[in-house]
Amino acid sequence: MLPVAERHDSSGPLPSDVGVKSPMKVLNGRWKSVAELGGSALASISTTAILFAVTGWDSTFAIFVLSLMLFLMIYSVVCFVEHGALEAKSKIATVAIWLLALAGATPLVAIIFYVIANGLPVVAGHFPHFLTNSMVQAADGTAPISKAGVGAAILGTFEQVGLTALLAIPLSVVCAIFFVESKSRYANIIRMVVDAMTGTPSIVAGLFIYEIWVLPRGTSGKMGLAGSLALFVIMLPIVTRTTEEMISIVPGSIKEAALALGAPKWKVMLLVILPTAKAGIVTAAILGIARSVGETAPVLFTAGGSNFYNLNPFHGVQDDLPLRMYQAIFSHGSNADAEAWGTGFVLMSLVLALFVIARFVGAGKQGSPRKIRMLIARTRKSKETANVAPAS
Amino acid sequence: MARDVSAWFGSNYVLEKISLVMEPGKVTALIGPSGCGKSTFLRILNRMHELIPSAKMAGAVELDGIDVYGPLLKVTETRLRIGMVFQRPNPFPSMTIAQNVLSGLKLAGIKVQNKDELVMHCLERAGLWKEARNRLNDSGAALSGGQQQRLCIARALAVRPNVLLMDEPCSALDPISTRVIEETISEISREVTVVIVTHNMQQAQRVSDNCALFLVDGEGQPGHIVEAGPSQLVFSSPKDPRTADYVEGRFG
Repeated sequence: MLPVAERHDSSGPLPSDVGVKSPMKVLNGRWKSVAELGGSALASISTTAILFAVTGWDSTFAIFVLSLMLFLMIYSVVCFVEHGALEAKSKIATVAIWLLALAGATPLVAIIFYVIANGLPVVAGHFPHFLTNSMVQAADGTAPISKAGVGAAILGTFEQVGLTALLAIPLSVVCAIFFVESKSRYANIIRMVVDAMTGTPSIVAGLFIYEIWVLPRGTSGKMGLAGSLALFVIMLPIVTRTTEEMISIVPGSIKEAALALGAPKWKVMLLVILPTAKAGIVTAAILGIARSVGETAPVLFTAGGSNFYNLNPFHGVQDDLPLRMYQAIFSHGSNADAEAWGTGFVLMSLVLALFVIARFVGAGKQGSPRKIRMLIARTRKSKETANVAPAS
Repeated sequence: MARDVSAWFGSNYVLEKISLVMEPGKVTALIGPSGCGKSTFLRILNRMHELIPSAKMAGAVELDGIDVYGPLLKVTETRLRIGMVFQRPNPFPSMTIAQNVLSGLKLAGIKVQNKDELVMHCLERAGLWKEARNRLNDSGAALSGGQQQRLCIARALAVRPNVLLMDEPCSALDPISTRVIEETISEISREVTVVIVTHNMQQAQRVSDNCALFLVDGEGQPGHIVEAGPSQLVFSSPKDPRTADYVEGRFG
C-alpha cells in the first residue's frame, strides 16, 4: 500500500504519517488499519442485521451481498476521513482485491471441505473394509454400508490407469521430442492437432474406443483395457504438451555443448537433454495420471463397471473409482449418498497424493524446472556482467 | 587451415573469402570488433555453423589436409577432433563434475580403461583439480562461473581433440579466473592447436603465437581479414594502418 502512496507524493497532499516511518509508527499504523477494517465490518454486519430484522427479509445470499457492499462503503468513508484520498484509494483497492480473491477461493475450498466432511466419516467409520470390500454383498443398494466397499474399484483404477500410463508416457515423450527437434511444417500441423486433442470432450474419447474396440467384440468387449485405451486418448496430448514445454526450456547452450563434443543427435537427447529435463518430465507424467484417474466418461461404456473383483484387465467388465461413484449416485439405496462421498474421498485423496508427489519431484535436486530457470538466470547475469565490463 | 571461407545468415553476407592457416601446436588469436564474423568463422571450423537454420557457407576447411566438409570425415568425428569452448560456461547440469569431464567420451561412444585417472589428468590440465578434487560428485552447476568454464575446458580436453576452438572463453570471467585460463591455454597449446576469439588485446598478445584481425568495412558488408601473421609483428609493427588503429584502441 505504502509504495503506491509514496510514488504519488509530488502530485498531491500527503497524509502526515506517510513517508519516513519509525518502527513504532508502523506498528501503530498496523493496529489502526486493523481497527478500521474490524470496525467497518462490524458496522456493516450490524446494519444489515437490523435491516433484515426490521423488514423480515430472509435470504442468505442477499445478506451476504448487502453486508459486503455496506462494508466497502463504510470502509471507504473511514479511509477517506482518516488518511485522505490517495492512501484511501490504495487501501480500498487492496481490500477489494482481497475480497474478490476470497470470493473466488470459496467454492474451491468448499468442495474440498464437503468431500472431507462427508467422505472421511464413511471411510474412517468402516475402516478398513470400505477400502477392501467389493460391492457383491451390497449390489441391491439396500444392504448396510458395512457390506459395501470400493476395493474392486481401487484395484480397477490402479490397473486401468497403470496400463494407460504404460502406453501413454513413453509415446508422449517420443512425440514431445519430435515436436522439439523437428523443423518440418508437418510438426506444426500435428502440434495443432495435439493441442486440439487436449480439449477433446472426454465422452468422445469413450465413444471412439467403444466404436473401434468394444462393439466389434460384442458382449465380451467391455474390459479394463478398453477403459485404458479411452484414458490413453485423454492422457497422451496432456503429457505430450507438458513434456514438450519441459524439454524446450533446457537451454540451447547445453545442447550446443553436447553437439560440439562430437555427439550424435540421439545421444545428445538421451544422455544430456532428457536427464536435464527429467524432473519436469516426471511431473508432466504424474499430472497426466492425476487427470485421467478422475475421468468418468471415457470408462463408462468401455470398462463398464462391476460389483465384483476382477483382477484381469484384459477380460470382463471392471470397476474403477469414478464409475463406482457414478453408480452410487444413481442407485436408489439408502446408503447411496454415503457410498458416493466415501468413494469421492478416496478418489480425491489419490489425486492429492499424486499432486504432492509431483510437487516433490518437481522441486527435486537435479534438472527440475526451477533449477533450470535458476541456471538460465545465472547465465543471463554473467552475460550482462560481460557486456558491462569494459574491454581492458 | 581455411580456404576462401564465406558465410551467410539467410541473405545476410557475414564473411567474405577468409583464408587463414592455423598452425598446428600454436595459438592463433582472432581479434576484431563485435559483429565482424569471428565467432561465425570459428563455428565454421568445427561445423557448428550449420546448426543454425538459414546459415550457409562456402569454401573449404582442412584438418591435416582432410576436408572437414568432405566425405571422408563424419560431422561427429569432425567435432570430436575439433573441440570447442563457448563464451558462456555450459556444463551439463544433470551431471556431476566427474561425469561432466567424462561426458564427451560417453557421448561419442569412446571406451576408456582408467576413468579416475583421466578425470584427474583433465582437471589438472584445466587448472581445476585443486579446487574440485574433493567435490567430484557435486553437480557441475554448483561451481562458480570461472570454475565452470575450466570444467568445460577439461570436458573438451578429455576427448583428446587435435584442435581446441575457444570463443571468448574469458569474457564472462573475473581477472583471476582469466589468468588461470590463460595459463591453461599456454599449458595445453604444446599438444593441442588452439584458436581463440578475444576482444581483449592484451590477452591476444599474451597468449597467441599468431594473430588475425577481422574487420567490417561498413553496415551490411561482410567481414574479412585485414592482417594476419605472427602476433609480435601484428602488434608491434602492423603493416596495415587499420590494424595499428585497432590494436592501439584508436578504432571507431
